[in-house]
Amino acid sequence: MKRFFIDTKKFSQYLIYATKSELKSEVASSRLSWLWWVLDPLLFMMVYTFISLVVFQKGMPYFPVFVFIGLTIWNFFNKTVQTSVKLVKINSAIVSKIYVPKYIFIMKQMLINGFKMCISFVLIFLLMIIYRVPLTWKIVYVIPLLVTLFVVTFGVSTIMLHIGVFIDDLSNVIAVLLRLMFYMSGVFYSIENSVPEPYGTLIQSLNPIACIMQGMRNALLYGKNFQFVAIGAWFVGGILIALIGVNIIYKNENSYVKVM
Amino acid sequence: MKYAIDVENVSITYKCVKSRSIKKSLFSFKKSDVQLVEAVRGVSFRIPQGEIVGIVGKNGSGKSTMLRAIAGIFTPDSGTIDLHGHSISLLAIGVGFQKALTGRENIMLTGTLLGFSEKYMLEKMDEIIEFAELGKFIDMPVKTYSSGMFSKLSFSITANLKTDIMLVDEVLSVGDVKFKKKSYEKMRELISDEKRTVVIVSHNMDTLKKLCSRIIWLHDGELKMYGDVDEVLDAYMEFMD
Repeated sequence: MKRFFIDTKKFSQYLIYATKSELKSEVASSRLSWLWWVLDPLLFMMVYTFISLVVFQKGMPYFPVFVFIGLTIWNFFNKTVQTSVKLVKINSAIVSKIYVPKYIFIMKQMLINGFKMCISFVLIFLLMIIYRVPLTWKIVYVIPLLVTLFVVTFGVSTIMLHIGVFIDDLSNVIAVLLRLMFYMSGVFYSIENSVPEPYGTLIQSLNPIACIMQGMRNALLYGKNFQFVAIGAWFVGGILIALIGVNIIYKNENSYVKVM
Repeated sequence: MKYAIDVENVSITYKCVKSRSIKKSLFSFKKSDVQLVEAVRGVSFRIPQGEIVGIVGKNGSGKSTMLRAIAGIFTPDSGTIDLHGHSISLLAIGVGFQKALTGRENIMLTGTLLGFSEKYMLEKMDEIIEFAELGKFIDMPVKTYSSGMFSKLSFSITANLKTDIMLVDEVLSVGDVKFKKKSYEKMRELISDEKRTVVIVSHNMDTLKKLCSRIIWLHDGELKMYGDVDEVLDAYMEFMD
């Protein structure tokens, strides 16, 4: 545990610099550069809004913002977990020459995706103004929800990083599982209103992302509380998973090089 | 005498755990045949502080494995390696370079990865850039570099960032004749510092003879000889012929 904090502090400068430069190189290599960080979630929001409103004719108040919040949360989780499977392989040039605690790569990924999430949040607030969403003090709930999201994402990613080293096609399996989770998280529909009981509550509380998503929408759009018990449980669960994951990585990371 | 590196009875085994596909794990009934390759077997030596030690041996005799173990990239399966708290770096080509970024940014990236602070790196920046003699290319993306420029840059990064112990793996033959001479001089300068301990892996007998104070000869993962430069190198040459 102590080692975790010492190592993280030691590599914090690298983390910050590597994140900055990765974002920079992403900007440099595409034509519309940083505009994509804005366009990507906006365009997908339009797609899902169209499907829900026109094809399935289901909606919620402030529906586009509703979808946008869902996508923002989902993208962060999805992208981080998806890449964590391959992280050691991607960074093999570093891994085989310098000792780095391997979860540092996950943190880097989270910083990159977190930065993009910040941009999305700015857009969310812009959309809220455009749609004239009434603000309540419950907006502060965003903070504990985000913390839970970070903890859960980090925890899941550490486990994925470890298994991903030894199993080649894990990324295919994870892609399917993540897709399933995507549809079960209610990114473009409301689980409460669409899924019959008791499955609705079940899906909602067993899926941390659905839980966080719903809480975030309640806090931002509808001025309601989030599910305190479920979020609290996922926060503790996330920390436990992260502890186990970091431990596994510490124990095994020096054999990762030998596998490649 | 103060020692910088204590290697005691170290063995390193590569378990050829091939990463497998899920289908294979599910449908193969026989237990996975794990191949064991013993790269280093029961090697012990001590390197005094301030010495320059060369490691020789034919290909596949465990030289690079030994260096990586000393650098802490992987832990030995048995035995211990004690660095007495010295900082260490492995001089290797192109650590963590990002191809889309400029040379300057890559210097920062590598430096912080090696655990140096951003402030220290900014101070060192000019020195590194000057040494690498890349001219205007330093502000161009690394992907536009020729392979010679690439290795010149990485040599100057690691050679200018000073750690107590430096491990050098076959990088002295970098760049054109002029740069080779320069990097050789640089090595000499680094080595002249009495506190710095250097371990060099090389096949170049001339370099070893000129730079080193002791030689370790590894053969098939075992320590064959450790001692005076001329003595070991002569025995080694004879053995190879």
